Amino acid sequence: MWVYTDKVKELFDNPKNVGEVEDADGVGEVGSLSCGDALKLTFKLDDEGRIVDAKFQTFGCASAIASSSALTEMIIGKTLDEAGKITNQDIVDFLGGLPDKKMHCSVMGQEALRAAIANYRGEKLPKEDSEIVCECFGVSEKEIVDAIQHNSLTTLEQVTDYTKAGGGCGTCHERIEAILEEVMGQEGAEPKVEEPAKPRLSNIQRMKLIEETLEKEIQPNLAKDGGSIELVDIVGDRVLVSLKGACATCAASDITLKHYVESKLRELVTDTLVVEEVAQ
Amino acid sequence: MKTIYVDNNATTRVAPEVFEEMTPYFTDLYGNPSSMHFFGGQVQRKVEEARERVAGLLGARPQEIIFTSCGTESDNAAIMSALQCNPEKRHVLTTRVEHPAVKNLVANLKREGYRVTELPVDRHGLLSMEEVSRAMTDDTAIVSVMWANNETGVLFPVEEIATLAKSRGVIFHTDAVQAVGKIPVNMAESHIDMLSLSGHKLHAPKGIGVLYVRRGTRFAPFVIGGHQEEGRRGGTENVPYIIGLGKACELAATDLEEKNLRVKSLRDKLENGLLEVVGNSIINGDAEQRLPNTSSISFEYVEGESILLKLSDKGICASSGSACTSGSLEPSHVLRAMGVPFTAAHGSIRFSLSFYNTEEEIDYILEVVPPIIEQLREISPFWKGPTARSCAAS
Repeated sequence: MWVYTDKVKELFDNPKNVGEVEDADGVGEVGSLSCGDALKLTFKLDDEGRIVDAKFQTFGCASAIASSSALTEMIIGKTLDEAGKITNQDIVDFLGGLPDKKMHCSVMGQEALRAAIANYRGEKLPKEDSEIVCECFGVSEKEIVDAIQHNSLTTLEQVTDYTKAGGGCGTCHERIEAILEEVMGQEGAEPKVEEPAKPRLSNIQRMKLIEETLEKEIQPNLAKDGGSIELVDIVGDRVLVSLKGACATCAASDITLKHYVESKLRELVTDTLVVEEVAQ
Repeated sequence: MKTIYVDNNATTRVAPEVFEEMTPYFTDLYGNPSSMHFFGGQVQRKVEEARERVAGLLGARPQEIIFTSCGTESDNAAIMSALQCNPEKRHVLTTRVEHPAVKNLVANLKREGYRVTELPVDRHGLLSMEEVSRAMTDDTAIVSVMWANNETGVLFPVEEIATLAKSRGVIFHTDAVQAVGKIPVNMAESHIDMLSLSGHKLHAPKGIGVLYVRRGTRFAPFVIGGHQEEGRRGGTENVPYIIGLGKACELAATDLEEKNLRVKSLRDKLENGLLEVVGNSIINGDAEQRLPNTSSISFEYVEGESILLKLSDKGICASSGSACTSGSLEPSHVLRAMGVPFTAAHGSIRFSLSFYNTEEEIDYILEVVPPIIEQLREISPFWKGPTARSCAAS
């Protein structure tokens, strides 16, 4: 059984703004009977260009009905520019959350809104020019790319949860993986959120931190295999160590040094450090 | 709120008599049936009594009964045994509407290089014997066809297929999880080689199943271990559950015909009542070749999960073949194989009754369902009123 929030349950039991606005200014229809969910959104503007009335009709599960109801509540009173900024995540937040597998219900809300606004403005939706990737559910490349970017998706499964793409016969899985790689690659080139930079350390601080990391982080782990490590010296970025106990005679000690000790020090101290073994 | 449980193809209530029979084997009589002492010996005798009771319901010999953990294990054991005993044969013949226990197993076999034929069904959910016959070849290691479909209740002519398979020298297995306890089964007058059943579908608890293996059928164990079950299924016996299943089979064999008639009349009352009051509703599955307890009914233009949640709020427990309820995005593979249109497949509800259901419960369901469908149709963008053309009629 799905676990729905009280808000989803409330809007499913008593949906608001059901029906069709008469003489609607904008009409957005997304989904279809074959997809298992569909939403028709209609709205009316006042003289100042604000949405005075919005109604929905939805074929779908509880979360689809609740998402649609939430959408109408969120857009009434807004200008089209303001409404156009509403994302599927805003709908999810309004509902207090949705199960992962139901995220596509919120995406359907966002898309119906975009379609209705485009319909009012007499514009074409960008997705109409975009190639269909998932034939089963009629999902375009543009929709997939948008969902990945707006929700920071990283896996095929997430793309299916949010857009339904790939949830049918599965022949488009490779294509979706390729889109994911492409979008994530771009994001890697210009990261949106920068990692917090490590604070600059003085030489003394750095030495202390290296010593501390070796002692508290690395030593206990090597000790589990009967090994031990000793700090000999620090010369610039070079950390000179000597391996003792089981490590001293272990054929894999080079790997331990590079893959474990060095990477741990780089992670916790400075990423320019190089670890070298010296004989004592 | 009273619970109206009409989801008996999912699981059933443990009969009070079954529970009562089981309890001493959790408390005082905890011996291991394999032990040499009197304390284990008395448990062993009770396990053998349960085996006789199961055999009694199936019209089988006690030594043809192997206790397993569930229906899925029985299905897996049957198919894997046939393949192992006939290593030169590389073909598996089954249908498109099997339970995942068979469906996903043969999908794996396909990846391992076996040739798998999944026979189609017509719009009533029925198989063509001609196609069955055509698909069976010298290379076929096993034919596995379910007796009764869990979603629609449609019955397959398994006896006929078993006879055909025997004449071609092919092993025949049936997943009879939904059939045993609901319709008469008699292995003494049958050519079925192997048959799976599951305890919790016939008022025994979850976690116990049976694989029937006809005497003389070559068998390779699936769970390898000790000498239990004559070396055909390793692992210490699940004693209390085996005893519970024995009692459940004894109960099922008592007045089967009479109970069936009662369940069928309640099912028919429910079905006819809904079809009469709710427009654009369709029964999925053949009207005649069907279990007496199951009704899969599609309400067009509304979605199954929404219906189920509203029913659940009224205390009614049913299930659906809609995409949303399963967590997958596509509606049930059974309804799709039958070519049920999407308008109807997404809005399918399965009511499955047991002899514990009462006429009052059916009256209550008949009162509750129509306004729910009406309410959801008012929200649906596809519903244009009761005059709308039914897709299923075209």
